Amino acid sequence: MATTEKTEVKFSEARKQEIERIRGRYETPRGLIMPLLWMIQDDYGWISYDAMELIAGECETSPAWVYSIATFYTMFELEKPIRYHLQVCNTLSCGLCGSESILAHLEDRLGIQAGESTEDGRFRLTAVECLASCGTGPMMQMNDEYYESLTTEKVDAMLEEWNCD
Amino acid sequence: MIEETKVLTSRIHKKDSHTLESYREDGGYEAAAMALAMDPDEVTAIVKDSGLRGRGGAGFPTGLKWTFLPKDRDFTYLCVNADESEPGTFKDRVILDLDPHLMIEGTVISCHALKSEHAFIYIRGEFCRPYRRLVAAVQEAYEAGILGDNVLGTGRKLDITIHKGAGAYICGEETALLNSIEGLRGQPRIKPPFPTNHGLFGRSTVINNVETLANVPVILKEGAEVYRSRGTEKSPGTRLFSVSGHVERPGVYELEHGVSFKDMLNDICGGVKGGRALKAVVPGGSSVPVLTAEESMKLQMDFESCQECGTMLGSAGVIVMDETTDMVWALDKLTHFYAHESCGQCTPCREGTGWVAELVHLINQGRAKSADFDKLIDLGTQICGNTICVFSDAVFMPVMSYTTKFRSEFESKLIDSAPVHEKVGA
Repeated sequence: MATTEKTEVKFSEARKQEIERIRGRYETPRGLIMPLLWMIQDDYGWISYDAMELIAGECETSPAWVYSIATFYTMFELEKPIRYHLQVCNTLSCGLCGSESILAHLEDRLGIQAGESTEDGRFRLTAVECLASCGTGPMMQMNDEYYESLTTEKVDAMLEEWNCD
Repeated sequence: MIEETKVLTSRIHKKDSHTLESYREDGGYEAAAMALAMDPDEVTAIVKDSGLRGRGGAGFPTGLKWTFLPKDRDFTYLCVNADESEPGTFKDRVILDLDPHLMIEGTVISCHALKSEHAFIYIRGEFCRPYRRLVAAVQEAYEAGILGDNVLGTGRKLDITIHKGAGAYICGEETALLNSIEGLRGQPRIKPPFPTNHGLFGRSTVINNVETLANVPVILKEGAEVYRSRGTEKSPGTRLFSVSGHVERPGVYELEHGVSFKDMLNDICGGVKGGRALKAVVPGGSSVPVLTAEESMKLQMDFESCQECGTMLGSAGVIVMDETTDMVWALDKLTHFYAHESCGQCTPCREGTGWVAELVHLINQGRAKSADFDKLIDLGTQICGNTICVFSDAVFMPVMSYTTKFRSEFESKLIDSAPVHEKVGA
């Protein structure tokens, strides 16, 4: 889970202003936990244990509480970020349209199994649950973006582009 | 040949439909101005008269829900449920992405009716572009004086706070959603007390789905009677159907409630993919009982007809499966989903969904015995109804309907594939 590696983490001045602006929107200090976890992740790419301590201070709660929230949700990254995180939807509708063969193709091309990262740390492949893009399956999410109506040819073209980056 | 009835989706194909400028060109926020000139109870009465029913899944009458708020409340929240996560459902994403102002206008009107000065929009974390557009739309609304301390010049106050989820199906359950905003784990609350009495931060709270709120400006604009002229008596209005799986043209289609599934499949979606035969249909998101092809041919897409057919309209996420579909494989996919998404709060669900998924997976792999099949049915029965929220029912319904209606497919994969029913009866 979260690495205990020491990290330098703080909120920028702009972030501090933003925090003060939204603080009044939540009746309890703890309500800020998710917004602050997102801010840290947007700024640093991941959430370290030190970041959780920082958030706990802002939210008047314990780091353990912040940890329990950060680990409940699947989107909070508790390890150093990967350049390309490929998340292939593998629920029923995409499954009916061939998501398993897309996943197998990616495993084959990247030389890893779903749930693993490449040795150079550039790619991580994950099989995920429904991303509400069922009409354009099979599909995957690469970092923030959706890639829809996938074919093995399309996937190859994407990998080529990302490999050259 | 039936066609779409574009009421909510009339603007989504226009260029820059997500911007305030485009929305205003089409008469945007006129309904809000009209509503704000009325007494809040009058607005509630119109919504009640329209017969609008919740589009999230349960189909509860929206206006009636609003009247459950206690008269002597001190502060009221409206929470917009934009955590669309039910497998097979992708229509709220279309509104958020292509016409966010429609939902914001619905929120402005509803907040007036509810006497609420603060709405939260809980949006699914994975919805990156819809999130960016929603943030921009709310910003535009503040700058245009639609939100803030002087809503549309009326002197009333309304703030909208966008709260971004982070990947948890269960946060679509309304009380889990409230807990998530409060900085707790997204786990459902025991009801009662109901959110209208004790909701977000302990205040009176109404939770409505994105599509539900998108209907509200339309109702105000055209009146309850015109609104009711579409759809059926008990399921008025149009519905955004998300159609996926084995059809020629998957997508989100707006059709009147009560449309026959057969017409929707053939006229709107171009029929079953590759001209193959239909095998099964999930009419309302993955949690509702599956129908056989024969059952689906008689189905009308409204709340009552689905119920009469032994299933539910739910979120109107329609998953179509053709003759090549292995139904054991399909249930394997779904039970894997539910095992992954159980919040872990109640023992029958936390332990049970894992067991159910494991057993279905074993059967699918041809490594299970008939005793395992019996155990699966037994487990489903023990989980259902014994937990805080309806997640366990959402697991139970697919398990029971797939194993009952496509029993022979399950039996044929068992190692000792003697007919299971003989064994059970013995």
